[in-house]
Amino acid sequence: MSVGFIMLVHTALDRAAQVARHWATSGCPVVIHADRTVEDDAFSDFCASLADLDNVRFSQARRRCEWGTWGIVGATIDAAELMLDAFPKVGHVYLASGSCLPLRPVPELAAYLAERPRTDFIESVTIEDVAWSKGGFDHERFSLRFPFSFKRHRLLFDRFVDLQRRLGLTRRLPDGMVPHLGSQWWCLTRRTLTAILKDDRRAEYDRFFKRVWIPDESYFQSLVRLHAKRIESRSLTLSKFDHQGKPHTFYDDHLQLLRRSDCFVARKIWPRADKLYSSFLSNDPKVTKNAEPNPGKIDRLFASAADIRVRGRSGLYMQSRFPLNDRDNGRSTGPYSVFEGFSDLFEGFETWLNKATGCRVHGHLYGPDRAEFAGREPVYNGCLSDSAKLRDYNPCGFLTNLVWSTRGERQCFMFGPQDNQYPTDFMVGDPNAQISVITGAWAIGLYRTNITSEVIRKEAARLQRIEQAHVAILRAHWAKARIRIWTLAEFIESPMDNTQEILNEISLGPTRRLTEAPRLTDLSGFGQFLQQLKNEGMNLHMAGDFPTGTGATPMNMVQKRPYLVK
Amino acid sequence: MGRVMSLRETYRLRLRRKRYRLRAMRKGRQLTSIADRTGRIAPDDLLVFTTLRNERIRLPFFLDYYREKGVGHFLIVDNGSDDGSAEYLAEQPDVSLWRTDHSYKAAHYGVDWLNRLQMRFGHGHWTLVVDPDEFFVYPFCDTRPIQALTDWLDASGQRSFSAMLIDMYPKGPLDVETYAEGQDPLEIASWFDGGNYMISRNPLYHNLWIQGGPRARTFFAERPNAAPSLNKIPLVKWRREYVYLQSTHMLLPRGLNEVYDTVGGEMTSGALLHAKFLSTLADKAEEELERKQHYAGSREYRAYHDHLKDRTVLWTKWSEKYINWRQLEILGLMSKGNWA
Repeated sequence: MSVGFIMLVHTALDRAAQVARHWATSGCPVVIHADRTVEDDAFSDFCASLADLDNVRFSQARRRCEWGTWGIVGATIDAAELMLDAFPKVGHVYLASGSCLPLRPVPELAAYLAERPRTDFIESVTIEDVAWSKGGFDHERFSLRFPFSFKRHRLLFDRFVDLQRRLGLTRRLPDGMVPHLGSQWWCLTRRTLTAILKDDRRAEYDRFFKRVWIPDESYFQSLVRLHAKRIESRSLTLSKFDHQGKPHTFYDDHLQLLRRSDCFVARKIWPRADKLYSSFLSNDPKVTKNAEPNPGKIDRLFASAADIRVRGRSGLYMQSRFPLNDRDNGRSTGPYSVFEGFSDLFEGFETWLNKATGCRVHGHLYGPDRAEFAGREPVYNGCLSDSAKLRDYNPCGFLTNLVWSTRGERQCFMFGPQDNQYPTDFMVGDPNAQISVITGAWAIGLYRTNITSEVIRKEAARLQRIEQAHVAILRAHWAKARIRIWTLAEFIESPMDNTQEILNEISLGPTRRLTEAPRLTDLSGFGQFLQQLKNEGMNLHMAGDFPTGTGATPMNMVQKRPYLVK
Repeated sequence: MGRVMSLRETYRLRLRRKRYRLRAMRKGRQLTSIADRTGRIAPDDLLVFTTLRNERIRLPFFLDYYREKGVGHFLIVDNGSDDGSAEYLAEQPDVSLWRTDHSYKAAHYGVDWLNRLQMRFGHGHWTLVVDPDEFFVYPFCDTRPIQALTDWLDASGQRSFSAMLIDMYPKGPLDVETYAEGQDPLEIASWFDGGNYMISRNPLYHNLWIQGGPRARTFFAERPNAAPSLNKIPLVKWRREYVYLQSTHMLLPRGLNEVYDTVGGEMTSGALLHAKFLSTLADKAEEELERKQHYAGSREYRAYHDHLKDRTVLWTKWSEKYINWRQLEILGLMSKGNWA
């Protein structure tokens, strides 16, 4: 008993001939069906190239094997009948294509099958269990009719499906047959294959399957259930499909991966993958198998490719990934923190924050003169420039670029009403953003400038308007960022508690208790300054109810309540 | 209403495409065939289309680079070279050469000439339009020829392929290392900007508009809007009704420009490594300023000219040194997509 191969070929005939010769000279009969689209000249050359082999036959009737149609099944049946008639010693019949490549020596396959003389290897699962079929056709593959070509008459195909759905047209399954689906590439025993082909009701089944969608994935898979004694529901052929339902192609650089798969045959092979063909068309076990089988690796490779194609890397904007609006899995790559008013209230806040959190701390990235990168560098990660004009040309892109280029390291930066406000909407809608605001704190800067009050008043009014609009967006119902807002007066009641709260959220590891507190700037006279503005007609309400006395409330810089560690 | 608008827009674009085709036919008459080997083009050959002027020193490496990647034939327009480029190209067995002394600018910066050649010879082929200083890289380019990519694109039903321009530069001033004929220019200009690119979408043509990199940060920081476009779609399964509009930045019909995913996934893309910033740039800038044949009053060359005098260094400590395509993919400049 031996194994015989059926090959369905339509392109790359030279490769098909090479593989057919390998199988035939290894003692396996081969029956080849060439697609009708293969030109006669090419076909006769192809036949001639294998003419010296007496165990290679060709199906005389060449059918058109269009994807999704009956032609493929018809061609398989013709070839199978020829195989069973012409080669009585064949025990198993292996269905392969012209782009298949054996990965293990033929004797190994023959021995494997000889040990399992009654087992049919065919993936065959009920419709309910299929996760891989594409295009929404599961039941409908069988219950609707598909007289039109999917590739050539797509419109008619779709319209006719719609019409049948609307009219509620269905058709009856042949009695006793349960539809099953599975990979097109099988290996059946002579006994089972004969039983399928010689079935009294075959005419009825054929009539039914001629109008089924993609019958090559269901004809044998369903009928085998009626006849087989022992089904091993898996394909011996390694064949992987991408998210569009298109088979993955193997290239020379997959050589090691293929060597480690324990499959007997792989498809599809790129016809010009010379190294694969020269490496695998050998029966020397030392050549073909020199590594521990590790089929999972191929799965992982293709799964990650699908993931990249479907979900992509979040927060990445580039030439072939440009999510519009929120149809993305993330606006930015990772978490970042925005501090508003902190650097006005605390002295040396940036340095302190960097020490306390270990994060990268920038100044006002959206400052009016330049992007104040950490260390005030003129160029930063990814060669981002500190030019305000370049930044303001695409302010959100500037932020996503920075967060992408520094992925793995949290970025913190200062923000305020003096800055370009454009990115506000973007940040507020970004779950990766942590925004902490002390409203009115920017006034501390004004208070310290000692400019004439007319100028100050106008500037204060301007900044307050900007901050008000900014805070209104922060309070929007669609906000997704982690947002905290205090007025200056509220915040300084317990500055360390508030700061600790923010920091707890930033540091991922065990929360570090702050050992060194940031130094509050001297606020004596600030209350009076606010009152003076008010007297001149400018109410700086964003700062909250600030005591008017001679100075700010004396503040206790020592933490009131010690934080529990753990 | 929206539908009526879009029908009108579609029709307008159709007219524009026809106008570009007519232009290409007209400007095509300016081309004189010097060496016509187009009879040797095999049906599945990958074709490179190039316009050039005085690039003799770059040509040997350029041709070999693409030959090695599987290109079958080069179709080249020589715009009045006087440095022996034409003579050299005319001798190459896989080059067909045309010559014209007409205005590069008046031919849409060469687009019309190449549109004409692509119309005549590109139909049904995968065509790659590159300049002599542009080197196409794509996923797995170290192990698979370009045909592996185009076969896969065919199977995926994709007609066009994006490869953004990445400006490469040396570590010091441009004139420190002199480029020698046959040398890999990326040995000198081996650095690039990893992540300062600005992207927006063109609502009419649907292409992405990418700017940034060293040119934006050094020469155009005060006028970002004028910074050169870096988006490119150089590889297309050509049909005679297609046209390029502006260099290879965009095409009509506009469906060809939709080479990016808009719902978060990554489509497969490559890059054109742009080895413009070599010692050869100084002479070039001088000459091009005089000829005034480049885009927007040759403002780019004016900027180079001004900066070259100061021996501007494009390199920064954040610059990336080019290693391979995998590095570009990790940096997020290109993507494998679902090609594995």
